[in-house]
Amino acid sequence: MSILEARDLRRTFTTTTGVLRRNRKQVEAVRGVSFAIEPGELFGLLGPNGAGKTTTIKMLITLLLPTAGSANILGLDVVRDAREVRRHIGYVFGGDRGLYERLSAQDNLRYFAELYAVPARDQRARIGELLELVGLTGREKERVEGFSRGMRQRLHIARGLLHDPALLFLDEPSIGIDPVGARELRATIAGLRSAGKTILLTTHYMFEADELCDRIAVLSQGELVAEGTPAQLKARVTAGSVVEVETFSGVGPADVRGKVDAVGALPGVRSVVVDDRPDGETVVVQVEPGVDVTAAVLGTLTGIRVGRVVTREPTLEDAYVQLVSS
Amino acid sequence: MRGFMRGARVLGVGWILQLKILAVSAFDGILNIIYPLFFATTALLMFRQSGDPQALVYAGLGAAVMGTWSAMATSASGALQGQRWQGTLELLVTAPTRVALAVLPITAALATVALYSLVATLIWGRVLFGIEVHIASPLAFAVALLVTLASLATFGFLLSVTVVRYRTGWALGNLLEYPGWLLCGFLVPLDLFPEWVRVIARALPPTWGMDAIRAAAAGLDPWFDIAVCAGLGVGYAALGAFLSERLIDSARRHATLALT
Repeated sequence: MSILEARDLRRTFTTTTGVLRRNRKQVEAVRGVSFAIEPGELFGLLGPNGAGKTTTIKMLITLLLPTAGSANILGLDVVRDAREVRRHIGYVFGGDRGLYERLSAQDNLRYFAELYAVPARDQRARIGELLELVGLTGREKERVEGFSRGMRQRLHIARGLLHDPALLFLDEPSIGIDPVGARELRATIAGLRSAGKTILLTTHYMFEADELCDRIAVLSQGELVAEGTPAQLKARVTAGSVVEVETFSGVGPADVRGKVDAVGALPGVRSVVVDDRPDGETVVVQVEPGVDVTAAVLGTLTGIRVGRVVTREPTLEDAYVQLVSS
Repeated sequence: MRGFMRGARVLGVGWILQLKILAVSAFDGILNIIYPLFFATTALLMFRQSGDPQALVYAGLGAAVMGTWSAMATSASGALQGQRWQGTLELLVTAPTRVALAVLPITAALATVALYSLVATLIWGRVLFGIEVHIASPLAFAVALLVTLASLATFGFLLSVTVVRYRTGWALGNLLEYPGWLLCGFLVPLDLFPEWVRVIARALPPTWGMDAIRAAAAGLDPWFDIAVCAGLGVGYAALGAFLSERLIDSARRHATLALT
């Protein structure tokens, strides 16, 4: 039996504008999302900002009611059996918030241990184990306000695991963390996965999803546009190549973004994306198999100073970009 | 029995840790010292002009409880808004514990701080204005004070649960602060107000608590006032607990638990 099943989940928000004449507007944040997570699986939910990832998670963890559709966790309905569902799930979100700054790490965990009904006799040992797991042993007496973002994030994970949930939701846990902290965090998540914990992870970082996830679902504009293992998603674009062209728009008279449509219209080009760099941009062109578009692309970028040109194999990130931009 | 013990533990541990949160901030601490004394001083300076020592005693007791009302009315709703800002409100709601058990310790901790305000104001009145409050029934006086504080905590709890549903609900506390000073009869006898105002005043627990405190100090019978104050406090707690689950459902429907 799947540990989580979401069926045609939908969520609409109503927003209003104007002061005297209020105009109501309906925004469909999630539009019929269905997926299932098996026990012991690390399932990734990917998508750009505004794709509906957090809204989907919030419906699953009982913070939002779905407008339509249904979801159950361990056979319990997230709307009807909300309190029982909460006993079996843990929720960890990214960023600085979600902790009592003026309390120590230990007091934070003690408070949430009470709220999550951890038996009093088990609390001390459980908190000690989790501090060890997330590498905060020795820092537990310090107030959270003095913690780095990486330490806070690891404390968040400890909090989410206090009641040993059957399913752990990690909503962009590595956001804003430095590379070393993010690596430590990934190691912690990988350790949880090895220990058999079922996890739903949302992230923007493709290498993170590639490294950690057993299966991935890609959300775009509230809809699920692809689902599969990282290898299956990569296979969608591996029959082809990627041409990356470094450009310096600020130097020449023309703007590279004005050329995107022209590059996209070239024969053999699947998609074009412009990524910003501190000193310019990188034009990423996904190409059909057996087609060499390098000369044609450079010809289209006339008037723009061009740097390095690289042709390489597609990555998961390329697959993701193609999925969400198509 | 097991459920009751667990509920009591959640309330107890929550109260201690929330008190710790309030106690470690030097800024909050200084505000808690200055704020009630500032308003008490203003009130006592006005009443001193009458030249009537009894009026000054009346105002001295009223000013002491006035600070507790301010601490509860504004701080309780502000505290929940603070939880929303720091992202812990969602975590309180996703916990399997009833949200009322998570919110009540917050207002109970504020009521404990309010107790300080009450004692400090009484000492302030004594030292600076020479107000000697003779307490005829010390036991009844202490009970009246504690029941008043407890009922204020439950009233603050009711205000707090509205903040869970409405993002701007915290403004309700600010709105009630100054009218509450008059409605609860802290400084001005309720007999001076029209009947409809007195009806509203009688629905507020501190009105009865204030009467009980004055009666205990004067050696009159305070127990009926204490009982009504306690009854109203329990009523507000029950109403808050009843509304909390419904307001949480409404917040889940309207997506108001988070800032965005």
